[in-house]
Amino acid sequence: MFDVEKIRGDFPILSKKVYGNPLVYLDNAATSQKPRQVIDSLVDYYENYNANVHRGVHTLSMEATDRFEEAREKVARFINAESSDLVMWTRNASESLNLIAYSWGEDNVHEGDEILLTPMEHHSNLVPWQELARRKNAVIKFIPMLENGTLNMGEVDDLITERTVLVSAVHMSNALGTINPVRELGEKAHRQGAKILVDGAQSVPHMPTNVQELDCDFLVFSGHKMLGPTGIGALYVKQDILNTMEPFLTGGEMVLEVSYQEASWADLPMRFEAGTPNIADSIGLGSAVDYLNNLGMENVRKHEKDLISYALNRFQEAGLEGMDLFGPDDPEIRGGVFSFNTVDVHPHDMGTFLDRMGIAVRTGHHCAMPLIRSLGVAATVRASFYLYNTEREVDILVDGVTEALRYFRDGSE
Amino acid sequence: MYDLEDLYQEIVMDHNRRPRNFGEIKNPTNSADGFNPLCGDQIKLQLHLKDGLVADVAFSGVGCAISKSSASMMTEELKGKTLDHVENLFGAFRKMITRKPGDSYDADLLGDLEILQGISRYPARIKCATLAWHTLHSAIHDENEVVSTK
Repeated sequence: MFDVEKIRGDFPILSKKVYGNPLVYLDNAATSQKPRQVIDSLVDYYENYNANVHRGVHTLSMEATDRFEEAREKVARFINAESSDLVMWTRNASESLNLIAYSWGEDNVHEGDEILLTPMEHHSNLVPWQELARRKNAVIKFIPMLENGTLNMGEVDDLITERTVLVSAVHMSNALGTINPVRELGEKAHRQGAKILVDGAQSVPHMPTNVQELDCDFLVFSGHKMLGPTGIGALYVKQDILNTMEPFLTGGEMVLEVSYQEASWADLPMRFEAGTPNIADSIGLGSAVDYLNNLGMENVRKHEKDLISYALNRFQEAGLEGMDLFGPDDPEIRGGVFSFNTVDVHPHDMGTFLDRMGIAVRTGHHCAMPLIRSLGVAATVRASFYLYNTEREVDILVDGVTEALRYFRDGSE
Repeated sequence: MYDLEDLYQEIVMDHNRRPRNFGEIKNPTNSADGFNPLCGDQIKLQLHLKDGLVADVAFSGVGCAISKSSASMMTEELKGKTLDHVENLFGAFRKMITRKPGDSYDADLLGDLEILQGISRYPARIKCATLAWHTLHSAIHDENEVVSTK
C-alpha cells in the first residue's frame, strides 16, 4: 500500500518551514531528501561498528565488511545484476562515467571511431566523451531530437555505423523528463558491435531497473538522488567487458600482490576500488534500497506518473499566458520532471519568488547547457517530483507560478 | 506579501519592465559582452567615450529582473560622468552589494543605486546585480574578452 502521508512521516526535513511556509520540495532531480531509516543507518555505523573493511581480523572490521558487502548485494539485486561482483562503488554517476571513459575508453576507442550520444545528456555524460574523443581523434555524433522532446529513433540505424563503438544515452532526461527507449538503442548498437551505456542517474531512483532485461553493457547511477547519502554512486559493467578493463585508480585495496617493482590486481569488484571506500554511505545507500524495495519501484513509478499527469492537467486548466512547457505530453514516456519557461518572468526571478512561498525548484540550465540552448531559451524552471510529493503540492506550485506571473507583470500587491 | 520588496522594489520592477537606454548606440567607442553561465544571462554594453566622459551608453541582452534593472539603473547613472567617477561608483556598488550585515557603504556617492542594497541579503542574486558593472569595466578597459561572472 502506497501511503504518501505515512511516507512523508519518514522524512524529518519535510516538516521544515521556509519563510514560515511548509517546505514544498520539488528539486528531486538535483537531490532527494533522506528518510529517517537512511539517516539512522549512518549513525548506527559510526556509533556501533565503525572500522575499515576487508583487512581486519577484529570483530568490528568483520562486521563493517559484512554490512558493506551486504549493501553491494542489495544494490546489485535492485538493478538485477547477474552478480554483485559486477557492481562497483564510485562517488557518483559522474565518477562512474569517467571510470568507463578511461578504463574502457582508452583501450577501445581509436582514431576515427564514433561515439553516439543523445542531445539531452547531462554534462556528465557529454564532457568525458568530448575529452576522450579529443585524446583519440574520435568523433561524437548525436541522435536528433523531435519537437516533443523525444529522440528521432528513425535516424538511429543510419547513425550507428561500423565505426560506432559506443552508444551512450540518458534513460530519463533530468531537464525534460523524457524516458528514452534505451533497450531499443542497445539492440541497434549491439547489431553493429557497439556497446550501450545507460545513464540511470534519474531512472534508477524513479522506476524499476533491470540490467539483464535492458541488456545494457554499462549502467551508472548516483545514491543521493535515490534517498541515499551524497558521495556514493555505483557502476554496473557486464562481466565479459569488465574482465578486459584496466583499473581506473590504483593503490591500496585494489591489489593482490605488490613488490617494489610491480603489482597484480585484486579480483572484481575491488580491482576498481582503490583506497578505503566510502563505507558509511555505501551502507546508507543499501538502507535506501531497502526503503525503496518496501514501497515497490512499480508503485513509485506509478505515483510519479500520476503526479506529472496531474501537473500537466492543472497547468493546462490554469491556462497561464506565455508559459512554455518542455518535454513529452505523454506521461508513459515521461518521468516526474516538469520543466517550463514564462515569457515575462525570468526563471531566476521565478525561483526566488517561489522560494519565498516555501517551494524549492531548480532554475537554470540543469547541467544540460546545449539542450537548453537548443530549446531557444537561456534557462528553464524545473519542478521535479519524488515518492513523497503530493497533488496538494502541485496545487501550491500552480498557485505560486500564477502569483509570480501577476507579481512581475502587474507590479507587487 | 511575501516580503520580496527588499529585492523587487517598485522602482526595480519599473526598470525591469521599461529598461532605460536599452538597445544600441550609433558610434560606440567601447563595447563588451557579459555572460552569467549560471542563469544564462547575457548583456551587451556599448559606450561612447569623449574627453574622458561617458557621452552615451546603451545595453541589450536577456536577463532576470535584477540583472536588467541593475543594468538599466547603471546606464542612467553613467551619462556625463568622468571615468574616474565611474570607477569610484563601481567600487562603491560592489562594496554595497557584497557587504556583510552591519558593514557600511557610501550611500552619498551611490545615490539612486542604493535602491539595490537589499540584494546583499540574497547571495544567489549578487552576480545578477554585478554583471552589468563587470561588463562596463571590461568595455572601458578594452579587455576584449567576454566577461563571465563565474
